[in-house]
Amino acid sequence: MKSITSIILLLSLGLIVFVSCGDTEEPIEIITDRFDRQDMLTDWADMIIIPALESYNTSVARMASDKDAFIAERSDMHLEQLRESYVNAYLAWQHVSMFDIGKAEEIRLRNYTNIYPTDVATIDKNIASQNYNLELPSNYDAQGFPALDYLLYGMGENNAEVISTFADDNTVTYLDDLVTRMYNLSELVLVDWKTNYRATFINNSGASGTAAVDKMVNDFLFYYEKFLRAGKIGIPAGVFSGNPISAAVEAPYSKIYSKTLFLEAFGAVQDFFVGKSFDGNGQGESLESYLIYMQEQNNTTDIADQILDQWTIATAAADLLSDNLQEQVITDNNKMLSTYDELQKVIVLLKVDMMQSLNIQVDYVDADGD
Amino acid sequence: MAVFRVLFGVIMAISLVRFWYNGWIEELYLLPKMHFHYSGFEFINVPGKWTYLVFIICFVASICVALGWKYRLSILVFFLSFTFIELLDKTTYLNHYYFITVVSFILIWLPAHANYSVDAYKDDTLRSEYIPQWTVDILKLMLAIVYIYAGLAKLNYDWMYRAMPLTIWLPTKFDVPLLGSLMHEKWVHYLFSWGGAIYDLLIVFLLLWNRTRVFAFILVLLFHVLTRVLFPIGMFPYIMIAGTMIFFSPQFHERFMDFIINKLPVNKSTFHNGMSLEHSSIPMVHKIILSSFMIFQLLFPLRNTVLTDNVYWTEQGYRYSWRVMLMEKTGYANFKIVDGESQKRFYVQNDDFLTPLQQKQMSTQPDFILEYAQNLSKHFSAQGHKNIEIYVESYAALNGRQNQAYIDPDVDLLSVTYRELCQNHIIPLYD
Repeated sequence: MKSITSIILLLSLGLIVFVSCGDTEEPIEIITDRFDRQDMLTDWADMIIIPALESYNTSVARMASDKDAFIAERSDMHLEQLRESYVNAYLAWQHVSMFDIGKAEEIRLRNYTNIYPTDVATIDKNIASQNYNLELPSNYDAQGFPALDYLLYGMGENNAEVISTFADDNTVTYLDDLVTRMYNLSELVLVDWKTNYRATFINNSGASGTAAVDKMVNDFLFYYEKFLRAGKIGIPAGVFSGNPISAAVEAPYSKIYSKTLFLEAFGAVQDFFVGKSFDGNGQGESLESYLIYMQEQNNTTDIADQILDQWTIATAAADLLSDNLQEQVITDNNKMLSTYDELQKVIVLLKVDMMQSLNIQVDYVDADGD
Repeated sequence: MAVFRVLFGVIMAISLVRFWYNGWIEELYLLPKMHFHYSGFEFINVPGKWTYLVFIICFVASICVALGWKYRLSILVFFLSFTFIELLDKTTYLNHYYFITVVSFILIWLPAHANYSVDAYKDDTLRSEYIPQWTVDILKLMLAIVYIYAGLAKLNYDWMYRAMPLTIWLPTKFDVPLLGSLMHEKWVHYLFSWGGAIYDLLIVFLLLWNRTRVFAFILVLLFHVLTRVLFPIGMFPYIMIAGTMIFFSPQFHERFMDFIINKLPVNKSTFHNGMSLEHSSIPMVHKIILSSFMIFQLLFPLRNTVLTDNVYWTEQGYRYSWRVMLMEKTGYANFKIVDGESQKRFYVQNDDFLTPLQQKQMSTQPDFILEYAQNLSKHFSAQGHKNIEIYVESYAALNGRQNQAYIDPDVDLLSVTYRELCQNHIIPLYD
């Protein structure tokens, strides 16, 4: 009877040996056909995120120098020049906003750069009192692009009126402070990516709640849902309030850029998804290629195609919008609502199917499961 | 029995400290603006900062249980405080928390302090070296129920033939030492699926039989350590490892306790008094309570068979039935508030009300969806909205299938009961 015990012990020993042998001999061939999360992170950093930050930084620098020129000589020409670089910087921002990770997350770049609708009362109060701290959360909506939109377009009916408000030195100081701050923040984030965070990001290539891929995907989804779908379209269209809120569109004072800004951001989202490099000349590993890889592994449905198809439909709906989304909300809000609906349909694919396929948890408390 | 009591108390104490240390009290109980209640326990609400006090009480009770000091009172307090914590929000339901509640309930009625306890040390009328066999066997039975029902639950199409959800989970464990590179291999997913099912079904029998016990315990160690490495399941593996030690012989337990006692300034011979606790000295009430409870435990996990065709999709009878690690379900639920008269409508941003974890749980479980709708109705009517109707556009994906519509989007959630919702308004899963 002793023999039974020994046989079983031998068997279990064999099992252990079998298991431990299995992984010492085989892996070399296997690793090569595995989807490499680190490659994807590297491509994201080098082909998309850092170039986008560089472009943003450059365009904000340009805006800063145009601001100086305008302050030196408050002419019609210099105002137009500043407005032009403001629009360019705002467009460049649409490629950066979704990367709320690393330094950008730490310093809350997005909150200090693009919270709208801007709070005109606070801006006026800040200008009048000259006593303000832009680092306070209560001043989120009194700075960044939305505040610039008000300063450069909203303070008068025409250029002459706008320029006349800059006769007040307090207003000039406020403009100066806002632009300088935006430049400093963009510089901070860019430098950190280049000197420090890139390595952290790329090397955090595991799979857990805190791994870079999981975090980036969550940030991406959050951006798509909150800032693109809701912020730019849904909230002004009244999806969450019952009544349209036309004042809640992005850049309402300059009027004609709200659709362009939305399309720029929407394009950036799609580029990120397919891994298109920022300069447009290359293609890296991406959520799309990851999804296709998993699809081939598990014989599941073509989620990536479905997402892209639906985005094409959403783009077609968005094309029907007027350049001035505020006007669109007031005159024919149904076009806003139908754009919203098409954007919304992708959420299910992204949040349910993509997340399940890649086994990424929607930003979760790091709690136990069973 | 004493070993079980001591380890149970110690592991519980560690779990509670860990829970607090991880900031979960705040995250899971204090921060959420609304909580999901267990049906029948709607009156239990988070007592604000007092929640910390409940945890302290629970912690002290678990230490007292380990020491066997004022055992009856402390295990009762432990059971009540622990269960109270669990009842605060069903978002945090885990099978192993339920297991703890169940075991602590059983322990209330068992003489687990009859030896190697402060109580027994002080009171020589209580102190007994031997206790009736059935008091130990009842715990074995409880473990058997857990394992075997967990094993039976694994015998379903997804688990056995599609190796789901392990096929989804394992490939992202590529950074696990040694085994990482195997984790995307299809055969590994099947091996783990089948191995897990066979383990769950057979382990109790291997533990019961003298000759295979040591081998079985090695398997227990391997299995639970592996699950600990691969999955975020907290203290559960340790609880089960400690729990299965109940299957070892009385001699083993005696040596284990003597080993501990020898470290203490207590003479171990005090506890070797040769006395036995008579079966008849255990109150009849306890026996009746325990036997009816065990019958309940045998039957209750099977209730899904009369309730639903697909327990994983409808989730009827999913809880309290030892369905562990069995599904990957992701969902999305978008709530529409409609004024029934003017037909004006708007959508709800769930993160205004729920934490990410609550949203995750809510979106795949009908009872959560219904309760959330009812809470939304209260919230918006307090805001002055009238004639409120609430509809949900919800989608869920189960075990790697593409998402499917989940709840009928045309049913006003405020007009149905939970039973009606489940019976008539869950859109069936198709493959």
